[in-house]
Amino acid sequence: MRALTWQGRHDVRVETVPDPQIVNPRDAIVRVTSTAICGSDLHLYDHYIPTLKSGDVLGHEFMGEVVEVGPANKKLKVGDRVVVPFVIACGNCFFCQKQLYSACDNSNPAETADMSEMLYGYAMTGAFGYSHLTGGYAGGQAEYVRVPYSDVGPIVIPPGVDDDKVLFLSDILPTGWMAAENCDIEPGDTVAVWGAGPVGLLAIQSAFVLGAERVIAIDHYPHRLELAKSQGAEVINFEEVRVREALVEMTGGIGPDACIDAVGLESHGFTLDNVVDEIKTAVKLGTDRPHALRQVILACRKAGRVSIPGVYGGMADKFPIGALMEKGLTVKTGQTHVQRYSEKLLAMILEGKLEPTFLISHRLPLERAPTGYKMFKEQQNDCTKVVLKPGLKQAA
Amino acid sequence: MTEFLKRTSYDDAPLSSAKHPDATRAEGSATPRRDDEVVSRTVTINRPREELYRFWRELSNLPRFMQNIERIDRIDSRRSHWVVLAPGHKTVEWDSTITADVPGELIAWCSTGDASVRNSGRVEFRDSPVGRGTEVTATIVYDPPLGALGKLVAKLFAREPKIQTRQDLRRFKQLMETGEVATAQPPEAAPRAA
Repeated sequence: MRALTWQGRHDVRVETVPDPQIVNPRDAIVRVTSTAICGSDLHLYDHYIPTLKSGDVLGHEFMGEVVEVGPANKKLKVGDRVVVPFVIACGNCFFCQKQLYSACDNSNPAETADMSEMLYGYAMTGAFGYSHLTGGYAGGQAEYVRVPYSDVGPIVIPPGVDDDKVLFLSDILPTGWMAAENCDIEPGDTVAVWGAGPVGLLAIQSAFVLGAERVIAIDHYPHRLELAKSQGAEVINFEEVRVREALVEMTGGIGPDACIDAVGLESHGFTLDNVVDEIKTAVKLGTDRPHALRQVILACRKAGRVSIPGVYGGMADKFPIGALMEKGLTVKTGQTHVQRYSEKLLAMILEGKLEPTFLISHRLPLERAPTGYKMFKEQQNDCTKVVLKPGLKQAA
Repeated sequence: MTEFLKRTSYDDAPLSSAKHPDATRAEGSATPRRDDEVVSRTVTINRPREELYRFWRELSNLPRFMQNIERIDRIDSRRSHWVVLAPGHKTVEWDSTITADVPGELIAWCSTGDASVRNSGRVEFRDSPVGRGTEVTATIVYDPPLGALGKLVAKLFAREPKIQTRQDLRRFKQLMETGEVATAQPPEAAPRAA
């Protein structure tokens, strides 16, 4: 089959790789019809995440048609259309039974689980196409994918619903939703969102659905701020104004009740020398990124809530622990428990309460995935979301 | 009645967390010496104690999650013959005998005769105090072949008992909770779970 493979920093290629096969009884094989490039894929593209190997198939936002199921799968049938959560979860362990799917104890194979235990104290959960720390599972930017525990993760999509409407159930829609849910929004609340990328924009939409009075988005790309406005947010361009002061003034001196960091930090601290170099070389945003979380903590009102969907990997330098403690902030974060939200969010899409397709700026054939990565990386103003369609014919 | 092995009489930390574990405190081992290596690890498995005990007591099941064990042949109800992969594509073999067996709670075993790697082990099954299933603690005591150098070589091949025990218990948990062993490998390279 054809698949997007990682070869090195800023080097991804579509290559012919072996077709996936059923390995375990609960597996399924999915023929991919749509798959997206995620902001967190750029961390891989930039090689901030360790343990990538040359030839790894990337991609964790995908959907398609079930073409084969293992003997122990009682849920899926060949021909079902499914969206697949990026988190691989067994459904049986202590964590899965508490619906804490992104903390699943079993999906990361024993050898790779060991690596993440050394980094974080406990083994991390498996995920598609996201380095060997999360299991080394081949990803979804491919024609076919092997889906483990396919009786737990994939959600069946009713016929007649367009791929684009439901594709983001795989990651960024539940991620934006959980980011807003983690704000514990109360009537009258103002929520401030740092980063008007796909997750930030969907967090804005979700925050309004969850009852926020106002949402204020912070970014510096004019087009992304326009998209935030289209979702009903007020906007702040951090290149033009002092963000904390603007937020204080805009909220009557109280400050935002909840703040969302949808920026994240390109993994800090795996190798110290590397971090210093990488931050210096990162284009423009690089030096601003560690700044975002500090600003979130300083700008949040006393006894407010801080929600961090942005990806962090290592250590943060000069973390304002004093402001966090003295103001009595509550922090909630984590990889998204996607499976917990699938049914609810699918229903809300079908009812028209959530509408994520406005994000999509580009639809490309899988063969042009490397162009998609380059655009997403270098043209962040206009290129808001790239969806790859393995079935789409390549333009001549 | 089994007891969680304690490091000392005055604290509650298990032997496995000791900075300098004393093998003579690992009960169940036949003739422990102070300089024997001790490795121990606990996992919580969301299955009943009796089920886990029964699976483990059928020793021929162990190669399904213990990757370095090629096979275990039953000699009689207490004795078995173990064929174990060693660093450098070699195998080592020994006979082992069950030294303690409390149904649903404890299994202990020990190599017999002149085993090339003198070793003993025990696995304990305790109800999780808050209804989360069973806490399983495996403890292995062994005389490292070639001492520290052998241990270093083994580590390079990921067959160092501490790493091996940790990974084996992960696979045991996966197999018991999900019915399969997690892998990202294609079928020909995947761990044998069946």
